[in-house]
Amino acid sequence: MRKLVSIVLLAGFIFYFATLTGGLLIPSTSSERSSVGLDILSRTANETGSANAVTSVVVLYRGFDTLGEVTVLFLAALGISVFMKNTAKVRKRTLDQSFILKTGSRLLFPFMFLFGFYIIAHGHLTPGGGFPGGVIIATGFFIVLLTSESVEFNKTLMSVLEGLAGLTFIGLGLVGLFGSGNSFLQNFLPLGKFNTVFSAGIIPLIYAVVGVKVAAELSSVVFAMKESK
Amino acid sequence: MNSIITISTVLNAASMGLIILGLFIIFTQKNLIKMVIGLGIADTGVNIMLVSTGYIDGNTAPVFSNASLKISQMVDPVPQALVLTSIVIGFGVSALALALIIRLFEKTGTLDTSKIRGLKW
Amino acid sequence: MLYLLSFLVLVMLAVGIAIIFVKDILNAVILSTVVSLIASVIFLFIAAPDVAITEAAIGAALTTVVFVIAINRTKIKETTNKE
Repeated sequence: MRKLVSIVLLAGFIFYFATLTGGLLIPSTSSERSSVGLDILSRTANETGSANAVTSVVVLYRGFDTLGEVTVLFLAALGISVFMKNTAKVRKRTLDQSFILKTGSRLLFPFMFLFGFYIIAHGHLTPGGGFPGGVIIATGFFIVLLTSESVEFNKTLMSVLEGLAGLTFIGLGLVGLFGSGNSFLQNFLPLGKFNTVFSAGIIPLIYAVVGVKVAAELSSVVFAMKESK
Repeated sequence: MNSIITISTVLNAASMGLIILGLFIIFTQKNLIKMVIGLGIADTGVNIMLVSTGYIDGNTAPVFSNASLKISQMVDPVPQALVLTSIVIGFGVSALALALIIRLFEKTGTLDTSKIRGLKW
Repeated sequence: MLYLLSFLVLVMLAVGIAIIFVKDILNAVILSTVVSLIASVIFLFIAAPDVAITEAAIGAALTTVVFVIAINRTKIKETTNKE
């Protein structure tokens, strides 16, 4: 019964995709330029000073959407911590993994940290930015956490870091509102020389804050799912 | 080449195939964790469809790394910025669903939807 | 490039169809990581390197870790006292 209903529904979807919207032969890629994209590309080098156009869209032209994304991630982490709060106590194994895994992961951790930091710091020059950089740093934390059980994870430090980073994001936006400019999240720092690390106004600051927040949040989430009390 | 199959056709087929596949997995599988896998696959399909609306044949990434790159040789940067948000939110949804499943397992002891009273379809 | 792209799309759809017929959940999770990885390579062909890095970091690395932790906690634990 369930398979029959699902096949009928999916046949309906395939029919809709194939005929009513023009289907496979209507080009989805734009053969003519969209005016918003062209406008942003022509303005981004002079107004924002960042060499990566996607970064300037994410942080400056659509910065409020990034604030919304940070909020959604925070709510998801909050929900996971609430659900995992009173689950059954996992018996803490006192047995570490094999010697190669333990030593190899500890050897790899500083390189992953450096790589994540490089991607966060060069978000306005090369592809990358705060979000994948924070995820890479969090992955570096898990590798050590999952292979050696005797490493202590400082939960209070992570939640304090996360809260401070969120407050700094909103604080930077409010400085733009009440300070020199008129709008929330305005670029109030000097633009600097193009294509260097210390340029593009508040973009490196915001990406640094977002990277710290994402890294602390995701490590807390994985740690809470792994063992809880 | 002016044939009937272009890059946009291939991308359309890929994204529609992934969305239909993800929905099929959600409808027909009985294991709860496989349903979350299907949700993730449907998310990936939607993201490919969104990014492919900004692609123009023969153009390159919207990064001004070389000073002599003209604007008319770049793709549209706005859909890429929106898809960045969408990928992170898709991960948040999957992680929250798995936390709910862990909690459900501790209450009922099984992961089969035909055995849990409120989830029978 | 068209042939390479269509080959990658065919492999991705074949792996996705294989998820339906696999019995063990751990195999299904690893196949979903392969789908995420091929999607990241497709993003690179569409001239979107930002999206490719983000999809590779989040879809391939983080989602697999969270799935494996969830599978570990929803196994029927044995009741004998080993180790």
